[in-house]
Amino acid sequence: MSISDQTAVQPLTDDAQGMSYLNRLPRRIVVLYLPLAVFVFVLLFPFYWMAITAVKPNSQLTDYSNYSPFWVVQPTLDHIKYLLFETSYPGWLWNTVVVAVCATVLSLAASVFAAYAIERVRFSGSRPVGLLIFLAYLVPPSILFIPLAVIVFKFGMYDSKLALIFTYPTFLIPFCTWLLMGYFRSIPFELEESALVDGASRWQILVRVILPLAVPGLISAGIFAFTLSWNEFIYALTFIQSSENKTVPVGVLTELVRGDVFEWGSLMAGALFGSLPVVILYSFFVDYYVSSMTGAVKE
Amino acid sequence: MKKGTSMTVTSPAKQASAFGAMARSNTAVGLFFMLPAAVFLLCFLTYPLGLGVWLGFTDATIGRDGIFIGLENYQALAGDSVFWMAVSNTIFYTLIASILKFILGLWLALILNEHLPFKTFFRAIILLPWVVPTVLSALAFWWIYDAQFSIISWSLMELGWISGPINFLGDPNNARASVIAANVWRGIPFVAISLLAGLQTIPQSLHEAASLDGATGWQRFRYITLPMLTPIIAVVMTFSVLFTFTDFQLIYVLTKGGPVNATHLMATLSFQRGIPGGQLGEGAAIAVAMIPFLLASILFSFFGLQRRKWQQGGQD
Repeated sequence: MSISDQTAVQPLTDDAQGMSYLNRLPRRIVVLYLPLAVFVFVLLFPFYWMAITAVKPNSQLTDYSNYSPFWVVQPTLDHIKYLLFETSYPGWLWNTVVVAVCATVLSLAASVFAAYAIERVRFSGSRPVGLLIFLAYLVPPSILFIPLAVIVFKFGMYDSKLALIFTYPTFLIPFCTWLLMGYFRSIPFELEESALVDGASRWQILVRVILPLAVPGLISAGIFAFTLSWNEFIYALTFIQSSENKTVPVGVLTELVRGDVFEWGSLMAGALFGSLPVVILYSFFVDYYVSSMTGAVKE
Repeated sequence: MKKGTSMTVTSPAKQASAFGAMARSNTAVGLFFMLPAAVFLLCFLTYPLGLGVWLGFTDATIGRDGIFIGLENYQALAGDSVFWMAVSNTIFYTLIASILKFILGLWLALILNEHLPFKTFFRAIILLPWVVPTVLSALAFWWIYDAQFSIISWSLMELGWISGPINFLGDPNNARASVIAANVWRGIPFVAISLLAGLQTIPQSLHEAASLDGATGWQRFRYITLPMLTPIIAVVMTFSVLFTFTDFQLIYVLTKGGPVNATHLMATLSFQRGIPGGQLGEGAAIAVAMIPFLLASILFSFFGLQRRKWQQGGQD
């Protein structure tokens, strides 16, 4: 009983099924399922490799002749214990959380006001400002980090979490503003007009009318901003010197990699645990994440 | 959209002045709301951008404000073979990786647009490489590319296709191919999921009408899917090119620009000269040298989009 039989027998009530009854099952396997399986395998294999290495005892890690490298006999938690109790890893995790949360909250607050001003207050020059915001999103961190390092140093923020909390909004604010502008545009003008007629101030309209309606947009922007700041690397690498202020990506790379003897087990455990928080967050909010990613592109 | 302009055109003097007052207060409110974002962006984006251009004309080092030396940094770079290697690497890296990301991403998007069991699940897990921090997945690639214990080498040796381990990151050409592969791996999900969103906006009825007229699968793709998808392809690929061109993390983790500077991109060279090397002026000059390329690609896609809209008879 193949899919093609089912759809051919039923009357074509479901429009979305479209012409799929034309495809026979063997053809679908070769054209769809096989390539999809290869894509999924290639895209996920590094994560599997990361996870399996993190629990492999050192004796099996490089002994490919006696143990199959794709599987693990007697998994061990040694690497994870080492990571959590003998390195500064928990501190880096905490730093990353603090920096990502603060930068996200700051950027969201600033972006809500900016997006509302551009999209709804429509002051003179709001359209060029909107365009400038979009252009600001296209300025990459890798051409800004050197002058920013000079500025951060002059402001006395060098080697502190503040340096990251204040510089991450440079890429978060343009993105969040752009995204929220799209959301605010979808809220009908009439709601606002009736509130204006009832004598509400701009501030009241924003807080009581617009924000409750824009909650999905706020979640999307927040999730995306959080992952962007969690993943940020070049600023954290440049502005942070001391081990206790490092974020996870910088800490793992600069402190767990030492000399010529790589401790692959703990390195992969570090990579795994640094990825898990964003992956868990992402898994709860997949749709919000996708809509913010595609929303930024579609506008 | 055109509300503001249409309103100003109208009306007697009295109404106009009332509207003027409202516009003025609107401007005040608008500027007040813009203030937090504007302060951040001016302090940490516009100012550093200008400062970067200025630093490129100075001999600043870490701990010492430079003095103006005109074009000396750029003259030095013009005669620097490592810099030109980085420029050609960056262009090559961007070109190959973007083409691969586009082809594979479009392919994956077309697959996901079909009716599959567990479609939302597949869509969710396919995006994982894009969600996970680049540095951390790059570490996994570093281990996969290990000179002695690479799992790829081992598998190929078991299959009997090669006799010894591949030196993924030690040989210049292998290293270039390896970093491009890792970049493509990370970029495919972004392209695929964005294009999938575009594909889902194409009405099914167009495909049905074309099929009834006897169009083959390829013809439907060529004359319906591709033209309808072009605007979103342009935007997605502009983003992809910008991200790839300014890439730093992957190279920094996998090769640090080695072996013998063979995989340096402009961003990593700028970092190496500027921060560990201490030559802020020279590092800034390399970063500034990236700007014309970025502008060119933005303008290219901007005018590409304009032309399409005009062809379709759209406004703006």
